[in-house]
Amino acid sequence: MDFSSIDPTIIVYNLMIAATPILYAALGELVTEKSGVLNLGVEGMMIIGAICGFSVSVETNSVYIGFMAAAVGGALLSILFAVMTQYFLANQVASGLALTLFGLGLAALLGHSYTGQVPPQISKLDIPILTNIPVLGKMLFAHDFFVYLSLILVFVVWYFLSRTRLGLIVKAVGENHESAHAIGYNVTRIRFFCILFGGALAGLGGGYLSLIRVPQWTEGMTAGAGWIALAIVVFSIWRPWRLILGAYIFGGITILQLNLQAIGVNVDVALLSMTPYAVTIVVLILMSLNLSKKSLGAPGSLGKSFIKVV
Amino acid sequence: MIQIRPRENKSNLLSAVTPVIAVILTMFFGGILFSFLGKNPFEAIKLIFWDPLMSETFADYARPQILVKAAPLILIALGLAVGFRANIWNIGAEGQFIMGALFSGAIGLAFYPSEHWFIFPLMITGGIIGGVLWAIIPGILKSRFNTNEILVSLMLVYIAEQALASASIGLLRNPEGSGFPGSRNLNQYPSASNPEIISGSGIHWGVVFAFLAVWFFHYLLKNHKFGFHIRLFGDAPRAAQFAGLKTEYIILLCFSISGALAGVAGMFELTGPAGAITIDFNVGYGFTAIIVAFLGRLNPIGILLAGLLMALTYVGGEISQFMLGIPAAAIQVFQGMLLFFLLSIDVIVKYQISFSKTKAISNKS
Repeated sequence: MDFSSIDPTIIVYNLMIAATPILYAALGELVTEKSGVLNLGVEGMMIIGAICGFSVSVETNSVYIGFMAAAVGGALLSILFAVMTQYFLANQVASGLALTLFGLGLAALLGHSYTGQVPPQISKLDIPILTNIPVLGKMLFAHDFFVYLSLILVFVVWYFLSRTRLGLIVKAVGENHESAHAIGYNVTRIRFFCILFGGALAGLGGGYLSLIRVPQWTEGMTAGAGWIALAIVVFSIWRPWRLILGAYIFGGITILQLNLQAIGVNVDVALLSMTPYAVTIVVLILMSLNLSKKSLGAPGSLGKSFIKVV
Repeated sequence: MIQIRPRENKSNLLSAVTPVIAVILTMFFGGILFSFLGKNPFEAIKLIFWDPLMSETFADYARPQILVKAAPLILIALGLAVGFRANIWNIGAEGQFIMGALFSGAIGLAFYPSEHWFIFPLMITGGIIGGVLWAIIPGILKSRFNTNEILVSLMLVYIAEQALASASIGLLRNPEGSGFPGSRNLNQYPSASNPEIISGSGIHWGVVFAFLAVWFFHYLLKNHKFGFHIRLFGDAPRAAQFAGLKTEYIILLCFSISGALAGVAGMFELTGPAGAITIDFNVGYGFTAIIVAFLGRLNPIGILLAGLLMALTYVGGEISQFMLGIPAAAIQVFQGMLLFFLLSIDVIVKYQISFSKTKAISNKS
């Protein structure tokens, strides 16, 4: 056992990569939940994104087209959820579970012939000056485009929700759909687009997983990442910036336990592999301990169906 | 203009017919899926739904297999349905299933190779305890701190899978297995095995237990005060509080019931069809049971039928895989589709939909 072989620079570098898929998915889910919709199908949309991104980029030999396909795949699957919950008024919890079960099956079916293939590689960005800073440059400024895109999107979502008119409307719909309807906003349509956005970002997260993080296609490769993204939204108390904190803490734990496994710490491998999930539970407990329901920040109409009374 | 209003009186006929419509729709769209895969849709549907029951070639094998696969689905779904009725979402049955198997397996293997009558009952108890312990964690957290039970119970599935992997290569590994992962095969240890009761029928103790459980829960939910409390808690939690129901008590009870049933299902699966604890011991019954619970309308008799139907798609899926080379994942898609259609069609059970000809009031005036 040799702890000195763990290089902090590489750990930080890898934790950003490990956190990025979850950050994408959590950011999409945050917007969906802000509009008052609880979509538990993140895991399903992620894995559909993973296989769509993977297969398309193998066929076209372009990572960027692959990512586009991942977003489209995730969004297409989320349309199913949107139609079920917004037009057929189906229970959101059950529909989300259905989406996950369906997505996992469909991805396995689509990915049948892609197991073992290698996707095209993506080039890491070389940012002038910044990349050349010793240590920091390697840690923070030598990533691929999509790591930075996720951070930019966090800013965009924050700006959208807190500084734009449309963002305020989304929040109004999520807080109290009856009032929003009374003022004249089309609750169903706004929610439809928020669900779609959530699906596209979950798809991107899945694409990042299969194209860059792993990079390979295996059945069920999301291994709970979608559910962890849901937990991180709770952790963030529905604030975009805190998503980064949550996702990066989670990424750090994942990378640290992998490193400990690699250097052969005298702890059961299974025990180390459990830690990301166990920590998620602990975080959920701490969140519910610290805050009473009101200050938790959950949108008022979260998970409730909206029935238009004429 | 389409108007949707909540129904005041729900029709029993409609809620019984809609699952059948969902199955038919799934067959139709599943057929389209199969033709996309380049298979003859009619042949595929026939292989999945008809041949396991009726064809001379397959029925001898398939009929008992349906019972074997339905038993765990029915057991788990019954427990989940109790919670779902009360709006308590335990979706980690897969983990409770694994824990039930691990606990009972550990007890059985601890007695190896001595033969006693009490080993098997002790293992059943172990299965129940394992499942309850795993389910009570989200239960306690939910009742104490209002922690999200969906996410906690789900995370515990992944932890249970790791525990299973660890046990099958470590603690419970067969010492005479020349280093291969996996425990001793309990089918070769009479005191701890759960063989077919009538040879060739597929009926093992788990099947008997599942049928008894259906009868028990049918009585419990329909004729006992408990069933009413559960429904009250789910439909009108505030009214339930005014009626003096303790929220914590209902939550813990729902989790314990579903954990116990999932655990005992794991125990019967381990001692019967599976035989040994291996890394891939769990095959997703805990998740499929969620579909079964909804398809059965959270009603014990409905769950019995839904469990048998879902087992039929498993067995039929195997046959179609063998005969037509339809990938196993296609059946999973098929099952997911079924849940989609069911949840969507529910709109006509819960709501009254009317098409009014007058487009809007302002047009008239």
